[in-house]
Parts: sequence; C-alpha cells; structure tokens
Amino acid sequence: MAETPLRSPLGRAIGLGSAKEGVEHWWRQRITGLALVPLVFWFVVVAIELIGADRTAFVAWVRNPIPAMLLILLIAVSFYHAALGLQVVIEDYIHGETLRLTVLVTMRLLCVVFVLRGVLAVLKLALGA
Amino acid sequence: MISDPRPLSPHLQIYRWQLTSVLSILHRVSGVALALGAVLLVCWVGAAADGPAPYAAFQRFLGSWLGLALLFGWSVALFYHTCNGIRHLWWDTGRGLDLKSVYAGGWTVLGATVVLTAAAWAVGLARWGF
Repeated sequence: MAETPLRSPLGRAIGLGSAKEGVEHWWRQRITGLALVPLVFWFVVVAIELIGADRTAFVAWVRNPIPAMLLILLIAVSFYHAALGLQVVIEDYIHGETLRLTVLVTMRLLCVVFVLRGVLAVLKLALGA
Repeated sequence: MISDPRPLSPHLQIYRWQLTSVLSILHRVSGVALALGAVLLVCWVGAAADGPAPYAAFQRFLGSWLGLALLFGWSVALFYHTCNGIRHLWWDTGRGLDLKSVYAGGWTVLGATVVLTAAAWAVGLARWGF
C-alpha cells in the first residue's frame, strides 16, 4: 500500500490519504473511547450510589473537586466520542449531500449545547450557587 | 434516491445471522442509544443545578416505569458498548483477529454485559429498595 509509485513523495509525507483526513477521526475515536472506559465504570458506581439520593446529597457530592472534575470529563468526552460515532452513522445512511450536511452540523451543534449545559450545571453546583 | 437502477449487493436479510455481524450491529445501535443516555445524564445534572423542584421532578420521572425502562436500556447499552469497545481496542493492537478469538471475545462480551447489568441492578435495587 505504501510502496505504490503513483503516490507522490509529498502525499506520502503528509499522510492524509485520498479522503484528505488521514487517521485523525479514527485516532480520536480510540483515544476518547479509551478514556471513557474508566470514566464509565466510575460513573456506574456513582450512579448506583446517588440515583435515589435527594438533591442535598447530590449537591454535597458535586462540591468535591474530584467528582466535579470527573463528571465534567465524563460529559465532555462522552459527547466528543458520540459526535465522532454519530458522524459515521450519519455519513453511512444519509446519502443526499444537503440533508447529510444539515444533519451533521445539527448533531454537532446539539452536542456542543449539551456539553455546555452539563458543564455549566456542574460548575454552578461545584462553585456553590 | 437512486436514479440509475444498478444491481445492488444482496440485502442484509439474505445472510444467515452470525455472532460477529450481530455484535457489530449492536455496537452501533448501542452507541446511538448511549448518545441519548448522555443527554439523560446532562438532564440529571442540569435538574440538580436548576433547583429542588426540577430535581424532584426528574427523580419522579426516573422512578416511573418509563424512567426505569430507560435506565435499564441505558445500563445494558453502556455495559455492552464499553465491553465491546474494549474488544475493539484490543483488536486495534493487531491481536485477537483470528476467527476463534473473535468468537470467544464475542461470547465473553455478551456474558460480561449480562453479568455487569445484573450486578449493577442487584446492587442498585438492594440499595434503594424499589
């Protein structure tokens, strides 16, 4: 694959391939996925502990720096990973150019909105409002 | 959508179901479901930030049959996608790609999903006594 003489030396050095995106998407999906493994197991333990607790207990917990930090990480990395995955699903099943682009951009915007909503909520509780 | 009626490759339903393809499809489906689960997570934190009344309303919703069904589906998808994601990461190191390992890994992931889901709900139900 790498040795075909039809590939220019420059193209090979840049390494972005025919889709001009290289392995960036793939790599980000793996790294965010890897980061989510411990975060998810942490979250499951926390969720079981807090799901039935009242708001006072939940707020008291979020005020600790480590839970607040991990919760922000979980929210941000989850939506980053979700955006990468949903992008592939959208590209696979939506064939019309205009509709595909519209859905892709909308999906990304929604991900940003949910991350902002989640992070701001955690910060508000953690910083004590 | 298709203006030129070119021959299509055989449709999905023509193939015999097999573990490998089913797990692959489930990985995608559970991934999409988990995107919705992440929204639920944000709703939870957001409700807490908004005050006692929104938080109580959210907890009532989670305690309803619909809420519990969503939580159960979320937990299954979360455990499956995480376990199968680890399987994918293992594959990415170039290991476990022969047919025997692929099947062994597949059954392991399914078993782990069942065990983890059952364990989480057993602990959760014991903790909160629904």
